[in-house]
Amino acid sequence: MEDKKRNEAYNRYVKAKIPKTHAWPSLFNSFWVGGVICVMGQGINDLLMLAFPSLSQQSAWAYTLIILIFIASFLTGIGVYDQIGKFAGGGSIVPITGFSNSITSPSIEFKSEGIIYGICVKMFTIAGPVIVFGVVSSMVVGFIYWIISLF
Amino acid sequence: MEIFLSYLWVFLIGGLVCMLGELLIITTNITSARILVTFVLIGVFLEAIDVFDYISDFAKAGINVPIIGFGASLAKGAISAVKTHGLLGVFTGGLTATAGGIAAAIFFAFIFALIFKSHTKK
Amino acid sequence: MEFEQTIKLKKQPRIIGSYTIVGPKEGQGNFGKYFDYIMKDDSFGEKTYEKAERKMIENAIVGVIEKAKLLPKDIDILLAGDLLNQIVSSSYAARAFQFPFLGVYGACSTMAESMAVGSVLVDGGYFDNVVCCTGSHFSTAERQYRFPLELGNQRPPTSQWTVTGAGSCALSLHGEGPKISMITFGKVIDWGVNDVNNMGAAMAPAARDTMLRHFKNTKTTPGDYDLIVTGDLGKLGSEILIDLMEDEGVMLGVNYCDCGQMYFKREQKTLCGASGAGCCATVFNSYIVEKMRDGQYKKILFLPTGALLSATSTQQGDTIPCVCHAIVIEM
Repeated sequence: MEDKKRNEAYNRYVKAKIPKTHAWPSLFNSFWVGGVICVMGQGINDLLMLAFPSLSQQSAWAYTLIILIFIASFLTGIGVYDQIGKFAGGGSIVPITGFSNSITSPSIEFKSEGIIYGICVKMFTIAGPVIVFGVVSSMVVGFIYWIISLF
Repeated sequence: MEIFLSYLWVFLIGGLVCMLGELLIITTNITSARILVTFVLIGVFLEAIDVFDYISDFAKAGINVPIIGFGASLAKGAISAVKTHGLLGVFTGGLTATAGGIAAAIFFAFIFALIFKSHTKK
Repeated sequence: MEFEQTIKLKKQPRIIGSYTIVGPKEGQGNFGKYFDYIMKDDSFGEKTYEKAERKMIENAIVGVIEKAKLLPKDIDILLAGDLLNQIVSSSYAARAFQFPFLGVYGACSTMAESMAVGSVLVDGGYFDNVVCCTGSHFSTAERQYRFPLELGNQRPPTSQWTVTGAGSCALSLHGEGPKISMITFGKVIDWGVNDVNNMGAAMAPAARDTMLRHFKNTKTTPGDYDLIVTGDLGKLGSEILIDLMEDEGVMLGVNYCDCGQMYFKREQKTLCGASGAGCCATVFNSYIVEKMRDGQYKKILFLPTGALLSATSTQQGDTIPCVCHAIVIEM
């Protein structure tokens, strides 16, 4: 009981002792890097629409995302994306490029364990939850719509 | 001028969404996997209450490039598939709508993992 | 036992040789000029970082035997450990040698544990020459405890940088060098910190406990030592330790320092400093041993700390148990 009190007091003390870093620089960096990535996406999308006028809006978006995913995956491979991430934090995690990075990085990391047990098994160690949560929650939404549509 | 303004909106909203992610990281110290999950759920929710399209109309890539857009297409796919296929759509809709992104991420990750080697951080 | 936890060595084994090998980033740090060998590349010419870590430890063992002016056949036993699961790096390194091997694990305090056990073995008269070796590698530790290297995430402000490096020393009754006179074995202490990015705060109570016990048993004060050096508490952890000791009425003054805090230069951006089994092993076996041989330090208290956690215990939300062993080395 006394230990518990001591531990709580110690954790409170440690929390107060942690040096307060200024949040503004990292917030600013994440803002402009994230903004630039989104502008890049818009630019790619607009160029696609210009070059291939027959493309539907939806297909153009799909191509845009695929191109962004390709770029991020490539930058991860040559070891640049983690440096962008170190600088921008949320700015390069939240866009779809961060999703691509989180799939490519463990694949490369665990390549040494072989193609099956390394690359393929470890591919979703970070991004797996994103797909699981996304699929499950969208199915819940779809199911609710189905119930509503019955009446 | 109009194009410039629309790009400014993309920049501002995209930046704000990413900054929100950074704010979450700073204040709660959560890992990037949780950040991604949180934003996907936000996207699904925005689509479910039918406000995503209104934001998307003027924010364009600013809301579609962040992983929120991925969540929204999952939900949108599920909802529209329910309208055409009924119950089966609940199962097929989400992944069908996002298949391009997921397949691309898997494919490129696999190819680049074969080519590249991890680099030590500096 | 005469005193709880503390032993006084009768024959006082000497550190007759020491050797260090580090990565390029470590070579640019504050202790750069004291290391014996600085690798040009983290992968050390190997296919994987795990293999590089093995090679590093292997080279450290070969290096120390040479520097102690011994031959491999003179070595009676090897005590080694590292941070990887089942301490594989040390075991694989040991298979290259024709002497017995004891694996030791104390996380970042492994150097102290191997030196403590080694000097007791020598002091007891059963072994003539014992080699103690510890190493860690940034890239292997990062993958085991944290995230893939290429993942674009930010390190929290309290995090520390695992040292790529291995340090070794040879203990013997015959020869010249600093002698190990007293050892205080530490208890496992857990004050309820579960933040893996704040190891310094988790380990400081363990250092406090062992330090207090040591001062009490040996009836010494911080002023009796030329240098009191902890392992890898880092910037935050060593500040916490100073506070904790002050609460107990023990003032740690200018003769107190921490290997992890001093390891890297400010512009190397390692936040709270260095950590890992290689951190205190490389500082001790290069800088500290050299300064003792030069006569700059006559009596030091060496207190490496270790966080005894695993990736699984972390994911299950457990708090971090920590240990700290104290060794007195005199010239």
